[in-house]
Amino acid sequence: MKIGRVPLTHDKLKVKAPLGGMGAQEQSTNLVVYLHPSIANCVNDSILRELSSLLFTYNETFDGVVLAYDPNVRSNLAKILPGIHPYLGVRLKAKLLLFSPKPNKLLEGEVVKISRQSIHAVILGFSSAVMADEDIRDEFKYKVKHGKEVFVSRHHKKHKIKVGTIIRFLVKSFDEEILHVSGSLVAANTGCARWLDTNLEEWSQADSTTRKRKDRDEKEQKTADDKLMASRDMPSLKKDDRIKKLKKKRKEHT
Amino acid sequence: MGIELVTQQTVLPDMDELSFTDLELDYHVRNALKAAVQGDRDFYNQLVAVIHHKDRLVPEEVALLVTCLKALTGAVSCVRIVHHQSLLAAIFGMSLWNYGTDVMDALVEVLTSLAASSGQYVDLCLEMLVTNFMPPSSSSAHFIEFLKQPRGLDKKRQVLDRVHSTFQDIANLVPLTPLRLEKITRDRMPNIYTKEPFIVMYVENMLRLESGAAGKLVGGSMLVAIMDRLIDLDVEIAWDDILQDDFSKGIFDMELEDLEGFSDHVQQDGNELTRESLIQRFFGGNLVAEKLDSLLVLTFEHLESCRESGRLIQVFETLLQSFQKTVLTAYKSKFAQFVMFYACSLDPENCGKMFASTLVNIFVSGVYPAWRMSAVSYLASYLSRAKFVAPSFVATTLESLVKWCFDYCNNQDGDINAKAHKVFYAGCQAIMYVLCFRMRSMISVPRLRSQLLLMHIEDILRHPLKPLQVCLPSIVEEFLRLAKINQIFAVPDTSADYGMLESELSRAFGGVERLDMFFPFDPCLLRKSDRFIRPNFVYWSMVRSSYYEDEEDESASDEDIDEAGINMADNISDDEGNAHFDEFDYSLDKMSITPRDSSAKFGGRIHGFVQMPSKIRPSTSPESL
Repeated sequence: MKIGRVPLTHDKLKVKAPLGGMGAQEQSTNLVVYLHPSIANCVNDSILRELSSLLFTYNETFDGVVLAYDPNVRSNLAKILPGIHPYLGVRLKAKLLLFSPKPNKLLEGEVVKISRQSIHAVILGFSSAVMADEDIRDEFKYKVKHGKEVFVSRHHKKHKIKVGTIIRFLVKSFDEEILHVSGSLVAANTGCARWLDTNLEEWSQADSTTRKRKDRDEKEQKTADDKLMASRDMPSLKKDDRIKKLKKKRKEHT
Repeated sequence: MGIELVTQQTVLPDMDELSFTDLELDYHVRNALKAAVQGDRDFYNQLVAVIHHKDRLVPEEVALLVTCLKALTGAVSCVRIVHHQSLLAAIFGMSLWNYGTDVMDALVEVLTSLAASSGQYVDLCLEMLVTNFMPPSSSSAHFIEFLKQPRGLDKKRQVLDRVHSTFQDIANLVPLTPLRLEKITRDRMPNIYTKEPFIVMYVENMLRLESGAAGKLVGGSMLVAIMDRLIDLDVEIAWDDILQDDFSKGIFDMELEDLEGFSDHVQQDGNELTRESLIQRFFGGNLVAEKLDSLLVLTFEHLESCRESGRLIQVFETLLQSFQKTVLTAYKSKFAQFVMFYACSLDPENCGKMFASTLVNIFVSGVYPAWRMSAVSYLASYLSRAKFVAPSFVATTLESLVKWCFDYCNNQDGDINAKAHKVFYAGCQAIMYVLCFRMRSMISVPRLRSQLLLMHIEDILRHPLKPLQVCLPSIVEEFLRLAKINQIFAVPDTSADYGMLESELSRAFGGVERLDMFFPFDPCLLRKSDRFIRPNFVYWSMVRSSYYEDEEDESASDEDIDEAGINMADNISDDEGNAHFDEFDYSLDKMSITPRDSSAKFGGRIHGFVQMPSKIRPSTSPESL
């Protein structure tokens, strides 16, 4: 039985490490959970329940949506708040996984629907994103191929966006209530994530044709990595390796 | 795709004399929307007018409407909630029920893309769809008639299939919709004064949501909301509704003697009064009871489908939680609890046992005495009335009850105090009540017989707290009689040893709520839901008959007993005569509660013995009548 609203205060936020390009990051927090004395005999459960109530809703204190939590109660002493109900203030350190899409941040999501006027995607399985046609750059052309709707790049035939594709897009705005992202595919570093990952260097090649090959190779690696850093706050090791391997291959070819 | 509407030229002279491809149309609508933001609202207003036009659409108008809706689907990204209020109001004001399938399809597409285009519209779209669970209230009378025809049922299917598939479509695009949908569905649930076909239709939709793809997310709260509504309806049926005019005499409304005049009437009519007519008499004009009945039937059918799909146990867990919060805490719920009974009958092994053990837990370690007493009443009634509960399980459950009572009275050394020990007395009464029904089946199994003997039932009954004097006299007498016949407990032969049995004491322990007289699973008085309950239900007449055989052997001294026995034998030979059963039941009932001395006052008869209340609530039913 839940009695009364249990306030939850949040002392300090410390960003620990961002988690991938999906816009979720882990944060260490110091929290104080105030528990009603009537539930003093099940403190752990009550704390978990309180933390659960934060899930999948936007929280201003954290400036994001809590996706997961890992509480760690440091001490079995709780501060008692004087008052009509002597609430117990239990201090705890919790690691929270937060989803906080900010404008102009790159996010990735899976495309679930394509129509002539829009692309719909789902981020991390719970947040919806929509790109209206004015936010899709002209490079992409809407086509119906074999009864399936796709957006195909006019410059790179292989750069396609269809249902199931993971796309990378810029956040335009975020509706905190329903966790709805309005995105944009205007920037050049947006589109099908897989295509971008494998073709980023080519793309930068086109930008730096005047440079010498050696320089370019070095530069290319750097820009590619930079781009990657920009697109994913923390590139996973795996992906890095893959790109390096690709580069190695290319070098061998030349 | 690629619709070219030739008709359009004729219908919309304002438009250029061209045929449009839908891309162009799209462009036009977009421009209209953008122009409206700028202040030029001509074309926009035309658009709104087309959508607003509802009555008696000719085919050309329908085509135009469909075209406009399709164009809007493509242009949703230009819709601004601030600038296009009239357009949105027109769209959300549409009811699927008023249109043919092509408009319905176009409309749900608009809704889907609106909901997916921005977070602001999600709630509005869901609300609109939820409103379509029921026909528009403005023409409710028309629809009630319409829905009785096959054409109406077709329409209903068309609309509701679309509504539910649209929920699915929106949920695919906006994964968090179930959260919002749950809240909206609960908030929009019609109140108990809504017309029956409408509230039934709404609940049907809720159950469909529960069993649908989003069921895992929203199902729990749908069931809880339905249970809440059932309880709302239940409490709306006052005891006074059940005890009508001629039953309203007597000391207090719940005395069965109040029904006596009525029973005479039945007998005078030569048993012509059937159960049907009795129900008619009780609930003929009671719309609330009819609503409750229909909703119960829906819920029962849903539970059955849950069992078929193998998820009854999950559903039951939700129900059980809801039961603890609503039904158990409601004052003497009359019918809503049968949802639990039916669910248990579908899966006695899991659900049934879970139900009983939850009740035991509440009784043993609950906080509020009233809830503990209610819980033990539910438990006793359940164990007694449920045909599907095995005697061994009854014995085990009984054992835990007895153990608690034994521990309790071991720690007490006072004298009778009905108020202070009311939970204890409620427990004792429950034990006796269950034994009245189940003693026979238990002692026929040697292992259970010895288990029963090993319990400390006698010790409890002989304790200075004197439960025999406090509990309901009718139950006590019946229990003592049966104990004597079956020679199982060494309890005093007659009540005389205990002096006058006073119902005042039982009244005292029951408190003003009369929890001493609460037997929740007494026969169900609702016409349609009864057929679900009946096959798994133990009527007192059935139990009584098994005892009677013995009784006859032992002593046929009491003429009253004889009479009753003969009556009963007659009735039992008539298998179909449930009404006869009922009637017999009643003959027990009418003697049940009131203490012996007051019987003369009412019926002017002298009852040979006080018999077991087959149902103590008079409420109860035609079963007993």
